[in-house]
Amino acid sequence: MLVSCCMRESTVILDPTSEQEPIRRPLAPRATVLRGSVGLVDISKSRGEIFCDELQRLIVERNYDIEIVRFRKPTFTKPAPPALRNEIAARCTAIIQALAD
Amino acid sequence: MSELPGQGATAPPFTLPDTSNHRHTFKDLSEHPATLLFFVKRDCATCDLTAPVVERLFAALTSSGLNVLTISQSNTADTSDFAAAHKLSMPVVLDHDLEISEAYGFDAVPALVLIAADRTVLKSFEGWSKHDFRELVTIAANRCDVAPPSTWEVHNETLPEQRPGCASRVHEPEQAQRLAVKRGEDRLASRRVRLPSSLNEDEFELLSNRGLTDGLPVVPPTEARVLRMLDATSRAATEVVARVPPNLQPATVEKIAINAVMAGCRPSYLPVVLAAVEAACTDTFNLHGVLATTYFASPVIIVNGPIRHEIKINSGRNVFGQGSRANATIGRALQLVVRNLGGGRPGQVDMSTLGHPGKYTCCIGEYEEASCWDPLHVERGFAPTQSTVTLFAGEAPSAVRDQRSRSARSLATSLGLSLGAVSHAKLHGMSEVLLVVSPEHNRTFQRDGYTKNDVRTRIQEVTARPVQELLPDEVCEDGTPLRALPADWIGADGQPKEDALTRLFPKFLSPENIVIVVAGGTAGKFSAVVGGWAAGGEGSTAVTKEIIQ
Repeated sequence: MLVSCCMRESTVILDPTSEQEPIRRPLAPRATVLRGSVGLVDISKSRGEIFCDELQRLIVERNYDIEIVRFRKPTFTKPAPPALRNEIAARCTAIIQALAD
Repeated sequence: MSELPGQGATAPPFTLPDTSNHRHTFKDLSEHPATLLFFVKRDCATCDLTAPVVERLFAALTSSGLNVLTISQSNTADTSDFAAAHKLSMPVVLDHDLEISEAYGFDAVPALVLIAADRTVLKSFEGWSKHDFRELVTIAANRCDVAPPSTWEVHNETLPEQRPGCASRVHEPEQAQRLAVKRGEDRLASRRVRLPSSLNEDEFELLSNRGLTDGLPVVPPTEARVLRMLDATSRAATEVVARVPPNLQPATVEKIAINAVMAGCRPSYLPVVLAAVEAACTDTFNLHGVLATTYFASPVIIVNGPIRHEIKINSGRNVFGQGSRANATIGRALQLVVRNLGGGRPGQVDMSTLGHPGKYTCCIGEYEEASCWDPLHVERGFAPTQSTVTLFAGEAPSAVRDQRSRSARSLATSLGLSLGAVSHAKLHGMSEVLLVVSPEHNRTFQRDGYTKNDVRTRIQEVTARPVQELLPDEVCEDGTPLRALPADWIGADGQPKEDALTRLFPKFLSPENIVIVVAGGTAGKFSAVVGGWAAGGEGSTAVTKEIIQ
């Protein structure tokens, strides 16, 4: 016995998303050697400044031929202000971020 | 309510095919002194009663110039059957899509509309009425410069004086929905997604599999449902209400309406959802931080003003619990907006270690009528008659039991003792808190004339402890960070000054960080503490927005 087609009429919905594909930026190649200006970025987590101080001390102690530039996000609870991001991008060839607690 | 154009109105234009696919247009009308449009459908007893009468009128006056069109709401086959059954020689055209029927606005068939050559309606009525038809015949004959025909009088002795018509097909639920979507489709800018159907996967499974839900089933946001939702606001569908973190994508009224449908909102809830999205996406509330933190915080929506009654937002018993559709779906709609529009999903930007049930939904009304105090929105500068939402970044509610205090001071002491332990017992000066005072507890405050500020003052007194006890130490290595202390308490060495160590430091940096509302059932000597996240510029501060309806 033939079974009749069981397909229901399909439902049309409206897309609840923003319909934007995320912009996929490729990662820059990871530096194997530190050169030029290196930013030490403290995102204002607890003792982040201590971590950056220690990194800076070690870099100086080991005589790496780099310029250290210190940055601090106003708060870890929001993305970095555009002006800060632009300054970091303009001045540094690489950055090291003190991220977690 | 019928909107059939009456005498003097301009008749809507049309172009309709007959059963031979020849098109009859409105322009044809100008070639005749008068045109009678006769709207019918199959299986309508009154249409069957009227059809022979109209056919006889056509036969009597067509040679004098009267144009008669039978317009059928039924499909081609049923229309042909109708024409054959009544042996119609007058032209019969098809309005199976019901667009012309909708334009003529009648509720019942048959509907008769006599139109002059200049498109002015001369006479119109629905159903059968001998009196109205006699009048129509007289007017038609006058327009054709002839005496009213008597032929139909011979037969009308068997006709009743009146008979009601049958419902026009535009009122069939499926047709009404289709027409509403067709009317409104230009209003909708969002991409249409056709969900393929099969035995194994219905639309609920498909929406879940596409990651568009919070784990619970959602209502499929069809065009018809979203259009009904949009009808509840005067704001344009294209208006950008906010940019939703973390992806900062524009949340138009339409996109929010789609997510509100999915959450299960009634259309009347949409204005509250819009205000909540607006408040949540302010820099002050800092939704990005609230979402991305490993802490528990999540938006708590507090509703004030008359809208609570209009849409039945629960402010009373079980206010944080289940059972109220408005409470459940408004909070959920905000969360779906964050997820679907903002891209804030657990495991991605949503990094909360433990979360809490309020991340499904958390929306309460303030029980203004049971409070002796100004409601929250009045405290924040709004008129009592305005409706508002206040967004607070909060944890799950925690109970404070006090069933013995007779005095306001004692009760405020209990609240203070409980508040001291919010987040961490040694962590002061960092957060806001939402204190939800029950009606019974509020009566205790009322008896002693305690204001909200009196409560806040007592809480600060009770929670104040010497700085030394609050700092991290070898017994408990967590506590109040130095940056939370007033700057002038810190010495040049970056450590607290000697005299600062014994100074009393309250739990909250400012009394304003204690947000107080009254809510809950009228029986029960319990209140609730909803701990907040980091306060101020470093975290999130409660935001109040007016609800625009």
